Amino acid sequence: MNIAEIENEIVEEFGMFEQWDDKYQYIIDLGKSLEVLDEKYKTEDRLIKGCQSRVWLFTELKDGKVYFHADSDAIITKGLVALMVRVLSGHTAKEIMEAPLNFIEQIGLKDHLSPTRSNGLLSMVKQMKLDALALTAKN
Amino acid sequence: MKTEATTVENYDVQKYRHDFPILSREVNGKRLVYLDNGATTQKPRQVIDSIVHYYAHYNANIHRGVHSLSQEASAAYEAARRTVQTHLSAAHAEEIIFTRGTTDSVNLVAAAYLRDRLQPGDEIVITGMEHHSNILPWQMLCEERGAVLRVIDITDSGELDQAAVQKVFSPKTKFFACTHVSNTLGTINAVKELTALAHDYNVPVFVDGAQAVPHMAVDVTEINCEFYCFSGHKVYAPTGIGVLYVKKDVLDDMHTYQVGGGTIKTVTFEKTEYVSGPLKYEAGTPNIEGAIALGFALDYVNAIGMENIAAHERDLFVYAKSKLKEIAGIRFIGEAKDQAGVISFVVGKIHPFDIGTILDQQGVAVRTGHHCTQPLMNRFGIPGTVRVSFALYNTKEEIDLLIAALNKAVKMLS
Repeated sequence: MNIAEIENEIVEEFGMFEQWDDKYQYIIDLGKSLEVLDEKYKTEDRLIKGCQSRVWLFTELKDGKVYFHADSDAIITKGLVALMVRVLSGHTAKEIMEAPLNFIEQIGLKDHLSPTRSNGLLSMVKQMKLDALALTAKN
Repeated sequence: MKTEATTVENYDVQKYRHDFPILSREVNGKRLVYLDNGATTQKPRQVIDSIVHYYAHYNANIHRGVHSLSQEASAAYEAARRTVQTHLSAAHAEEIIFTRGTTDSVNLVAAAYLRDRLQPGDEIVITGMEHHSNILPWQMLCEERGAVLRVIDITDSGELDQAAVQKVFSPKTKFFACTHVSNTLGTINAVKELTALAHDYNVPVFVDGAQAVPHMAVDVTEINCEFYCFSGHKVYAPTGIGVLYVKKDVLDDMHTYQVGGGTIKTVTFEKTEYVSGPLKYEAGTPNIEGAIALGFALDYVNAIGMENIAAHERDLFVYAKSKLKEIAGIRFIGEAKDQAGVISFVVGKIHPFDIGTILDQQGVAVRTGHHCTQPLMNRFGIPGTVRVSFALYNTKEEIDLLIAALNKAVKMLS
């Protein structure tokens, strides 16, 4: 699936939730099920500082495609991180740079990407794009 | 302006709630339960109207014009100064300097009073529960002057370690800065006794009253400190206005802070003579409507009575703490004998940010994070807390809504 298709898939999944708590429970469960980033990758240079929750991002390039591994100390942030990883991981740098990421707005979580939310998510998206570009440029 | 204390039973919280327009709004489709008053309080109609009235009827620059509007605005600004004086039980109106807020007040004292008095090896004493605003200006001065920042340890219950208090002052100590009420722990410090102790060593005392003035009657003459400050917005007034009280015999012994219009007697290119009194420290056109509105805010709380507000909030505090105790895994951060205003806690291993997010979805506003007290968070080995903080308009019913919302959050996040 390309990025747009994955985004649509997520929007469909979230369309099933009528109540806010179902939606948040899903995000929490996504956070819980996201593979834990090995402690060795949780280094200062991979830390994206939000004011409140911390996010670690580890990026690698395989066969011209960019793969993301991420973690957060807050579970809701981690769930949102999981969604971002699902959408962006396994694509080329060009695709990642051009990703619209409209799904966040469509599933009603736009304010989580706001710079005032200070959960580190907005910074993470920026860092994902920067990492993708940097890794691809190196190779 | 102390009103006769009535019993807290006569406290008409519903009537007061009607004075605050914002309290009737909804958040995320739920009734707003605002428990982030330690960050900022909501404003009563009387305060909001005073700002509108100022701009609609007598807006003018102050202390400059001969015309009527300027006279009216100047009179209202100076009346606000006297209201603050009375509220703090200060001896003289000129001891009240209007600032931008607590942070500005701390920086003013650091720059105008302490900088030139500090020699290499001198010591500034603060406590382990200070807000960053009452750490950084002193830390910066120490770095600049080669002085040493000494910090009084706090105990596990969140009180000043009395053994450390007794040992910290010495002939090297040149200044003591201390919060009256901790914004994170709610601990009330015995500032009167601490001031007396510091004075035994001839050490001047600065008290950060940002979290005290909203919750209790404060008497600076009784405390006997040299400096006391607070922010307007935490006591029902607008943002951008604050107060620095400076004891009269110190006031004229300070340098200028910022200089500019309104601070001078005469200016030539060779030399400038500055005025004495508070205007020396209020350079430029001040926050006129902010000062006036602060006067209205203090009139508002005094009409209810600070003792009554304190008693009502005490009730809420005790009730909230007894209900919170029933939540499995809760750990209170700050269990001092004397507390006011805030309750800080963590639940199990749940990140405070997650709890805050789920509470917000249910219309409950609390603060989460380190509350600008990172050294204190390090002391307790946690990234942050959930902080519930009270105001005169909160109710027990709101505490019940908080508890229900918190139970739901814990269930979802566990």
